[in-house]
Amino acid sequence: MSMTLTLAVLLPFLGAAGVAWGSRLGRPTAILLALLVVLMPAILILSLLDPLVAGETHLEHFAWLPAAGLNIAFRLDGLGLLFAGLILGIGALVILYARYYLAAEDNLGRLYAYLLLFMGAMLGVVLSENLIQMLMFWELTSLSSFLLIGYWRQREDARTGARMALAVTGAGGLALLGGILLLGRMTGSYDLSIVLASGDLIRAHPLYVPTLLLILLGIFTKSAQFPFHFWLPHAMAAPTPVSSYLHSATMVKAGVFLLARLFPALAGTWEWNHLVAGFGMLTLITGAVIALFQHDLKGLLAYSTISHLGLITVLFGIGTPLAAVAGIFHIINHATFKAGLFMAAGIIDHETGTRDMRRINGLWRAMPYTGTLAMVAASAMAGVPLFNGFLSKEMFFGEAVGVANAMALGWLLPVAATLAGAFAVAYSLRFVHDVFFNGEPVDLPRHPHEPPRWMRVPVEILVVICLLVGMLPALTVEPILHLAVSAVLQGPPPVHDLAIWHGFSPAVLMSILAMSGGVIIYSVRKPIYGWWDTQGGRVDFRRAYERLLQGLLTLAGRVTLWLDQGSMPRLLRLFVAVALILGLAGWWGSGSPLTGPLTLLPLDAVSLSTGLALVLAAIATLVWHRQRFTALILVGAVGLMVALVFAKFSAPDLALTQLSVEVVTVILLLLALFFLPQTTPEDPPSPRRWGDAVLAVLAGLGMSILTWAILTRPYESIAGFFLERSVPGGGGRNVVNVILVDFRGFDTLGEITVLALAGLAIFALLDKLRLSGQRVAGPATAWHWDRHPLIVASLVRLLLPLALLVAVFILMRGHNLPGGGFIAGLITAIALIMLYLANGVAWTHARLPDKTHPVIGAGLLLATLTGLASLLFGHPFLTSTFGHVHWPLVGEFEVASAMLFDLGVWLVVVGSTLLILIHLGLMSDASRDGLAPGTPVRGSGAGRSAGDSPPGPGC
Amino acid sequence: MMALAVTLALALVAAAIALSFWRLLIGPSAPDRILALDTLYINTIALLILLGLRLNSNLYFEAALLIAVIGFVGTLALCKYLLRGDIIE
Repeated sequence: MSMTLTLAVLLPFLGAAGVAWGSRLGRPTAILLALLVVLMPAILILSLLDPLVAGETHLEHFAWLPAAGLNIAFRLDGLGLLFAGLILGIGALVILYARYYLAAEDNLGRLYAYLLLFMGAMLGVVLSENLIQMLMFWELTSLSSFLLIGYWRQREDARTGARMALAVTGAGGLALLGGILLLGRMTGSYDLSIVLASGDLIRAHPLYVPTLLLILLGIFTKSAQFPFHFWLPHAMAAPTPVSSYLHSATMVKAGVFLLARLFPALAGTWEWNHLVAGFGMLTLITGAVIALFQHDLKGLLAYSTISHLGLITVLFGIGTPLAAVAGIFHIINHATFKAGLFMAAGIIDHETGTRDMRRINGLWRAMPYTGTLAMVAASAMAGVPLFNGFLSKEMFFGEAVGVANAMALGWLLPVAATLAGAFAVAYSLRFVHDVFFNGEPVDLPRHPHEPPRWMRVPVEILVVICLLVGMLPALTVEPILHLAVSAVLQGPPPVHDLAIWHGFSPAVLMSILAMSGGVIIYSVRKPIYGWWDTQGGRVDFRRAYERLLQGLLTLAGRVTLWLDQGSMPRLLRLFVAVALILGLAGWWGSGSPLTGPLTLLPLDAVSLSTGLALVLAAIATLVWHRQRFTALILVGAVGLMVALVFAKFSAPDLALTQLSVEVVTVILLLLALFFLPQTTPEDPPSPRRWGDAVLAVLAGLGMSILTWAILTRPYESIAGFFLERSVPGGGGRNVVNVILVDFRGFDTLGEITVLALAGLAIFALLDKLRLSGQRVAGPATAWHWDRHPLIVASLVRLLLPLALLVAVFILMRGHNLPGGGFIAGLITAIALIMLYLANGVAWTHARLPDKTHPVIGAGLLLATLTGLASLLFGHPFLTSTFGHVHWPLVGEFEVASAMLFDLGVWLVVVGSTLLILIHLGLMSDASRDGLAPGTPVRGSGAGRSAGDSPPGPGC
Repeated sequence: MMALAVTLALALVAAAIALSFWRLLIGPSAPDRILALDTLYINTIALLILLGLRLNSNLYFEAALLIAVIGFVGTLALCKYLLRGDIIE
């Protein structure tokens, strides 16, 4: 099975991490590494070129969750090849350019890592065969775009822009997911090969319109179509290489890419034509008009990008094969000239220190070379003959005329196209004339001159492509266009002629009109700028978005406030009452008796007395709950009784866990109690308290009845299956442990990850936190002077090896008899905590490492690596294997790879438990250190002096 | 003979548990209660071992072993709290 494409997509992700790490070796290393990461996928993809040219689509399939239609699947066809070329080619240029663009104090490695992350995600979008998988990469592009827009995280506009882009494209992604799920439902597969071949079925399906709407929502948000276009100008807060790469050449093209991709499946209906062409046209006009009035260089380019994306959308909306050719062609052309223009804008920004076109004037004298490059690219943008933009624009005009009679209101399209063309000419003129001529620069922060040579090279390459394609289209762009269009249409491309002159046609007339119109608009710019500055900001979609967002936040706040008024009793009351009502509602009228058919077990004295003791201890805890320390002792008794119940009713694993958890809980509560009031204040009696009491009793009764009802019924569970499979499948006789480390190993891996994260989070919260604990032990009594009584210290030293031995024993035999990594971890943690209790932190840390983070990390790593090891043998992740070993003196026993996994569990439990408990303990230590030396610390009783002296070695 | 001995022992341990429990409930001071809890733990060891003998199962012994090894750590922590307030210092 070929893995070429899969590798090509994965390489940038790996490379991102590599470059982030390698960038510490200096900028030259970073750029070399990054270019290497771009080169490798390019070579891999090129190696698949021959069959592609022969007309084959290269497919790679790996089963993931085949039952759910989820597979890892990649495909390479002409469209994918074209986009991969754009992504990798422009990506390489941007990487080169960014190295000179970025100031020395900015972190180049981080930018490269994000860029490569994006590159991998984008490659994934265009090379995916499975639609769900494509959506995942689609979302990854949104995320990496968020990171890139927010690259200068100290700037507020960057953060706002990043958030806005993520919110808009993320919402669209959600809609797209809905659309894709519907597509999968209609065709029975998420594989593009099948979806693309089922166009007739999809178009005739009753769910076609909702599907189309959802998918278009995803496309329109991503490609910044009206009315979602507002996020793109705000994304310009990103560094210019990013704007050039993501927000003009590639990411915003993901939307139109999907239009092209799903063209055979969705296009050709009335809804498609009107929706896609309609919104495209609105975008085309809106973007072109607003672009002219932007004083910000990048703002102009952003709105122009919106307008051009609209143009491409219109072309796909028209839906004829020739329009699709023009659409693909314009994708290529726009990517080259707009990326070049953004880079030129970046050079100007870099050299002058501003992007305000009211201040940047007359740069021609300072930077004639950059000026020439910008002029070529701007001419392509305006659609001037001999430049590539002209060709695709002319094809667009031709198609627009063709539609005029075919659609309702079709005459609008040529008019709108000409008008947008005129505005495109006008804003292109402005870009060139305002910046390079038009008088003298106004108050520039820097003195401009030509940029370093390698900053210009990427622009030069792009500009040369613009010219070559513009003059010799048949020789340069025709082969790839041919491949891409065949992939879009799923058939041979229509006859088209990429020539500069086709003879006199309406399109030529429109071009001439647009050219002269643009010049006229630009020549009367002064009064219309003035008009725009007073009227223009009226319709602002960003404000609508912000109002929507604000409304959502307010609504969420209200709902939260309605549920949670900051009162714990109220929340508990609600929760218990709802549970009670739901339980009653479920039982009411079901006609099922409370007591099931099972016969009751005989009652023996031990069970009865344990049960009674449990109830008594619970009631006593309730009675004394205001005396917190007393309540804690009683809770300890409750825990012990529960452990006894577990032992009695054949749950030895649970009993062992309960016993060790009990000890840890007592220590944890004592640590916390030190910082809390020792008594709970008494509330005055009120009707509400009586109500609460009634509710509590009812809920308790309900729970008892429910338990009774369940325990008296025969209960078939999957336990039998596990019991049966435990020895043959997992090589262990302790089914609980085999389930934990083998059958449900994935769950356990997730759980220990959560445990590790919780431990680290608690550490992060407690680190450096200082709290003052209780000052005195009780009314007017002082704390005892002896911090670490000798008798305890001596006893603990004897006991420690025994406790550790028990822990190892429990760990080793866990696979066959009660025990395992979790219990052993708790026992080990308790044994070590014992050292801290008896000897203090300073003494223990002199003998044991004081950081447990590495232990947690090692445990997670071990568990994961054990899981990954099974992949090496060709089994799924976390497959366990076992064998039998004869060990002299010990005898025959199984060795399972799951035991290594269990060792990982053990390490994580030990590390996390110690980390949490020790840092809770250190918190008070820190508070004591925070006091000035010599201050009486705890009370002022006699004999304090001994305790205040610095701890000696034996202390 | 063995059965009788185990039954008798169970009865005696049960009585010990009841008395410890009584002490746990009436206190009156915190050390009384801590001591009662500790005794309760020790009685539980005995109870578990006797149950293991009676039901002929060695699964009870692990729980007894575990209580013997770590059961007193809770007591230790409770006492340390009474003496010093800060149990890990």
